[in-house]
Amino acid sequence: MSNAIHNFLEKNIKPSFDKGGKLENFFPAYDALETFLFVPGHTTNGKGSHIRDGIDMKRTMIMVVLAMVPALLFGMWNTGYQYFLSTGEAYTFMDAFLYGALKVLPLVVVSYAAGLGVEFVFAIINKHQVAEGFLVSGMLIPLCLPVEIPLWMVAAATIFAVVIGKEVFGGTGMNILNVALTARAFLLFAYPTWMSGDKVWIGGGTDEAVAYADGSTGATLLAQATERSSGFVDAAGVQYGDSFWSAFMGMIPGSIGETSTLAIMIGAAILLITGIASWKVMFSGIAGAYVMGLLFNLWGANPFMEVPAHMHLVMGGFAFGIVFMATDPVTAAQTSTGKYIYGFLIGFLGIMIRVFNPAYPEGIMLAILFMNVMAPLIDHYVVEANIKRRQKRTMAVAA
Amino acid sequence: MSKVLKIKRGADIKLVGGAEKILTDLPMPHTVAIKPSDFEGTTAKMLVKVGDEVKAGSTLFYNKDNDKIKFTSPVSGEVAEIKRGAKRVLQEVVIVVDKETKYVDFKAADPAKESRENIINKLCESGVWPFIKQRPYDVVANPNDTAKAIFISVFDSSPLAPDNDFIVHGQAATFQKGIDVLSKLAEVHLTVNNAAKADEAFLQAKNVTIHSIEGPHPAGNVGVHIHHFMPICKGEIVWTLKPQDVLTIGRLFEKGQFDGGRIVAITGAQVKTPKYYRTVLGASLKTLLADNLKEGNNRIISGNVLTGTKLEEEGYIGFYDSHITVIPEGGEAQMFGWILPNPGKFSISRALVSWMSPNKKYNLDANMNGEERPFVVTEEYDKVFPFDIFPVQLVKSIMIEDIELMENLGIYEVAPEDFALCETVCTSKIATQTIVRDGLTMLRNEMS
Repeated sequence: MSNAIHNFLEKNIKPSFDKGGKLENFFPAYDALETFLFVPGHTTNGKGSHIRDGIDMKRTMIMVVLAMVPALLFGMWNTGYQYFLSTGEAYTFMDAFLYGALKVLPLVVVSYAAGLGVEFVFAIINKHQVAEGFLVSGMLIPLCLPVEIPLWMVAAATIFAVVIGKEVFGGTGMNILNVALTARAFLLFAYPTWMSGDKVWIGGGTDEAVAYADGSTGATLLAQATERSSGFVDAAGVQYGDSFWSAFMGMIPGSIGETSTLAIMIGAAILLITGIASWKVMFSGIAGAYVMGLLFNLWGANPFMEVPAHMHLVMGGFAFGIVFMATDPVTAAQTSTGKYIYGFLIGFLGIMIRVFNPAYPEGIMLAILFMNVMAPLIDHYVVEANIKRRQKRTMAVAA
Repeated sequence: MSKVLKIKRGADIKLVGGAEKILTDLPMPHTVAIKPSDFEGTTAKMLVKVGDEVKAGSTLFYNKDNDKIKFTSPVSGEVAEIKRGAKRVLQEVVIVVDKETKYVDFKAADPAKESRENIINKLCESGVWPFIKQRPYDVVANPNDTAKAIFISVFDSSPLAPDNDFIVHGQAATFQKGIDVLSKLAEVHLTVNNAAKADEAFLQAKNVTIHSIEGPHPAGNVGVHIHHFMPICKGEIVWTLKPQDVLTIGRLFEKGQFDGGRIVAITGAQVKTPKYYRTVLGASLKTLLADNLKEGNNRIISGNVLTGTKLEEEGYIGFYDSHITVIPEGGEAQMFGWILPNPGKFSISRALVSWMSPNKKYNLDANMNGEERPFVVTEEYDKVFPFDIFPVQLVKSIMIEDIELMENLGIYEVAPEDFALCETVCTSKIATQTIVRDGLTMLRNEMS
């Protein structure tokens, strides 16, 4: 069966895209689809290693996408849950999930369509293959946005991020900034009213026709933390029994994929077991955030500083950022020592920005982008230390 | 013996088709060939022409840049063909082998009584010298240089590798003679595998420093040993050779003959009876693999699967190889192969299921299992690269042709074979061994 399809493609479709064919300029587009269906049967060229590891870029990227699926599914349900909580309507599990799915899936589709569209165009212009990097970015972008964001903004931000954040540097593997965060930063600074406040996090929040129940609020925990360090309330305005637990489970307002630390931890487990994401970045990131949280607790000058250090780990986009974005191997530090420094500073600075600048409570995003820029510098010093050590050895021998 | 060095970074890729420890004599091959392409960095200048009679030890060609380095025939016979490729580059010098081998007499000698100069001359005249390679650059050593040490790895840790203990067993005296010769040139270091019991020829060798190492491949790579026991700095030279080469040197001084006899392990999933065979240097595959291949599209490799050279069925074993591996060629596209668990494929990543069966022996083919991409995954090479060197940074410095950076990052200490596992495990399928070879060539041209 699969052989028959492969033969059909090779015989009937491919010739039009090959050199001299009618559609030869579109070969990268055809190639991307064919290699998606079939891992090509190329064999090693006879120089160098004859056998190769079973892993490739597609598998690596797909693993990351799979790791995000729990957060995506939970995000769908939570979108519905938050909506029904705000309106006070009765609902079932499926009502909530379907409401959320209808809200979230268009965002995912638009993100992939816009991003892959740009990738295909660049591949055709540059006559290179379509790289797999956007498979991950395309899922990250909707998951780190509020559910009410207009679709055209998602498309605009995605196109901006892929072109300016990645393609101008040479495509996947060459970019300096995390693509998904570039998209999010673009939206935050271009359309701040759609990225903050208490309307955008709950389905229907920006729609005048949707009637919310009295006392309901769509404020995120981070927004509430500017006024109080405990006793957070949910979307219906009712105080959480145990706000740490609610935030850990994810039944709080927030960006689609970021609310459930539990769902993110399932993803983290997939990434760590397969070894695709760096445990060094995750571990040191959590340590950095916790240390900063503790330091603020000691200082305690305002309610936000008094938010317990462990609360910081489950609020806002911290968990999502540290698991899925800080670990992006292209934009993170590349050396082992560098990863500890990089991760720690992301956690440390992320909580610092969050607490010091309530206008941008999503400090983790800015911290990761800042450290993306700093990562090559960290690596430079780590590599430089190795070079110095080697030169010392030379001098010891010469002496 | 000095203390045991344990390395952790590396990978043993277990393959089916290991050689059984049985030694069979093969008939003299009909033809043998010496391939100038085996001698990296050498421009060959022919001395013989088609139809010339040669003896074992007669010079066939020499190095244009250094006429002291001669390449001689391992057998006696008649030069049948001189194959040239693009730009008339010499590819193969084919010799039809005589029934009875006639040798050039280089005179037996006692190395203890010979001067260093005489020894080098004898090695060069007989064509044994090219067995000695040098670091940096991984090329044939220059007899005019003085090396700070000679390193011999007496075990090969690569997949399906021949067992030198088995090969050298019973030839301790010849081996010692070879060591005696080499120790007149520079101090000699042997490295044995601590985990296996090495042959007495190695353990009881005199005039040498014996090191011991254990761990996964590339624990047997001489580059790893030099890096840990006597690192090379800019301007220093270390010479390397393999145990069977030491035997050849020993026999040269015992008998005064260039004896091209070799024991070759024929291994791999596509070989009917994988075992050891006694033959000569440069033997033709027609003799080596006669009636011993399984049906199918086969990839024949002179050497091991990580660093060897692909051969055609009418090809000849490489000068430095005492190992032939035959695996299936593969080449089938796999539908949705990027998500299938693929238990039959080796991986150091846990994104395939093979990590759950660490002792499984694989029947791997030559499939790329993916397409080439820019570097994305980090710290992947580090897992299989037991050097205090940043492998990806070094490879990138070669890609951008930054000579000073290459030097700083440690290019003098590495050879392409040290990057073989990096290339094998690379998610981005980057041809690291080719890149490192290009870097070494670039550097060597710059320095000369």
